[in-house]
Amino acid sequence: MMTETPNKVLFTPERLAKSQEMIARYPEGKQKSALLPLLHLLQEQEGWTSPEGMEYVGQLLGIEPIEVFEVATFYTMYHIKPVGKHVIEYCRTGPCCLMGGEEVYAHLKQRLGIDTGQTTVDGQFTLKEVECLAACGMGPVFQVREKYYMNLTNERVDEIIDELSK
Amino acid sequence: MATKILTEHIHVPGIETFDVYRKQGGYTAVEKAVKTMTPETIVEEVKKAGVRGRGGAGFPMGMKWSFLAKPEGVPRYLVCNADESEPGTFKDHYLMKNNPHLLIEGMIVSSFALGANTSFIYVRGELMYVINILEQAIAEAKAKGFLGKNILGSGYDLELVVQPGGGAYICGEETALLESLEGKRGNPRNKPPFPAVKGLYQSPTVVNNVESIATTPWIINNGGDAYAAVGIGRSTGTKLISASGHINKPGVYEIELGLPVEDFLYADEWCGGIRPGHKFKALVAGGSSVPILPANLALTLANGDKRLMSYESLSEGGFQTGTMLGSGGFIVFDETACIVRNTWNFSRFYHHESCGQCSPCREGTGWMEKVLHRIEYGHGHQQDIDLLVDVARKIEGNTICPLGDAAAWPVASAIRHFRDEFQWHIDHPTEATQPGAVYRGEMALV
Repeated sequence: MMTETPNKVLFTPERLAKSQEMIARYPEGKQKSALLPLLHLLQEQEGWTSPEGMEYVGQLLGIEPIEVFEVATFYTMYHIKPVGKHVIEYCRTGPCCLMGGEEVYAHLKQRLGIDTGQTTVDGQFTLKEVECLAACGMGPVFQVREKYYMNLTNERVDEIIDELSK
Repeated sequence: MATKILTEHIHVPGIETFDVYRKQGGYTAVEKAVKTMTPETIVEEVKKAGVRGRGGAGFPMGMKWSFLAKPEGVPRYLVCNADESEPGTFKDHYLMKNNPHLLIEGMIVSSFALGANTSFIYVRGELMYVINILEQAIAEAKAKGFLGKNILGSGYDLELVVQPGGGAYICGEETALLESLEGKRGNPRNKPPFPAVKGLYQSPTVVNNVESIATTPWIINNGGDAYAAVGIGRSTGTKLISASGHINKPGVYEIELGLPVEDFLYADEWCGGIRPGHKFKALVAGGSSVPILPANLALTLANGDKRLMSYESLSEGGFQTGTMLGSGGFIVFDETACIVRNTWNFSRFYHHESCGQCSPCREGTGWMEKVLHRIEYGHGHQQDIDLLVDVARKIEGNTICPLGDAAAWPVASAIRHFRDEFQWHIDHPTEATQPGAVYRGEMALV
């Protein structure tokens, strides 16, 4: 399939250059391999994988929007609905729970005044529960964008929320 | 002093940089491989080493390499599986974050041995910061001539691509990983054809775990026989163990295979024992998928001998009294842990992570989660325990990929060894659902 020129450029010039670099990493004809990396790039810029964004990524790769959407919805990292400024991805899996993960999570929900999947009224925080983040020896753990916050306690959670709220 | 094959230099300040890694003897395996060895001799050394797949399956790596089809004019690929997501496992995360060049060096010599000119490291997307570390290391190696065109003047070309996943446990299964790497949903493929014949882009492909690939520089430098001299029997070499749960010193440890479980759990060099004031109740020795064992069976074999940290010893007794080394995710439970709650937690994980392709797994994982949930929350029926055993049995062996087995084993084993605890939840729902309530009936705590 021919790569169409997108009607509207959505990526910043830096990200557009980076996306072209990513697409070129794969063998000729295998450009669809860049889909997951491009969705990450989209989310990094927009905060979520918006429908227009997914259509745009599809155009960059010469694939149909549905092909992008079916992939984005399979994986847990892509936010297909708008989210708050900080998305807290909290590990709910066994080893973290052994270390008090459920108690700390209850505190976090209380502190933010929201439940799993919700966003605070001021749009600052969205709370998501995720499965194992591969940091089980340092549990409880949550992640905000690329950063891991480990060995969580109620006090530590309060400090982190204060810090992120600034 | 125990042999350290993967972590000898991991605490050297600056080891993540090319220069420090090089000063510690890094990249000598690349020099040796491309200048003095042939791909065939490298494969031979890896075979002699007897190193087994460290992702969990334990399949001999050299044998996997020798299955790679080599049709004329068709590219071959090496893909490193860095989609570490098995609950309890965090060793690849540790290794890549702290010593990225070890993996890069392993990728170069392994790619050379397999005749691959483009190789991939598929890292779970959550570890984006580790991806940045790896990309930095790759750029350094390339600038020094160890990657790219004509490596060290040998005529061998290699490009390394770090690919992020999107968040899906199933992509740790090698054919799902390949689908994902092609930009698709991570649905496992039917086998055959095996990846060695038709893998990435329908070309011959080898998929190896991070830890497996990281052994290759040492094997090339020291020889396969030297590697095989470490460890015990067919469990050669060392293994990274991710230790978590109710122990004094959680973390990643490199052990020589064959170390008694008891030493690993209690000695200060490793886990440092159960946290103060508590007793050892149960162990998941190799990641959430492997059968859980009560304390006594974790430490001792049926004949009274000490159980060892090796593929053979951990599986001694089959599933009746044994378990598996798996990925080395060593999760320790003391007497405060509720086995029912943990089993429900694990089955929620597998339900969430099932790709939905095969009905026994798609339906069965959800069914098990629901039944376990109602037992845990005080609404269990008398027939529920047998129902769980039945559902688990009907998933096992009836799915395209091993996720079905991985979902069934934790449930079946928890019931096998802790049936009274499940029964107590059903018989005493009011008591069992009190905050912090845990079954305190008769069981062998250590």
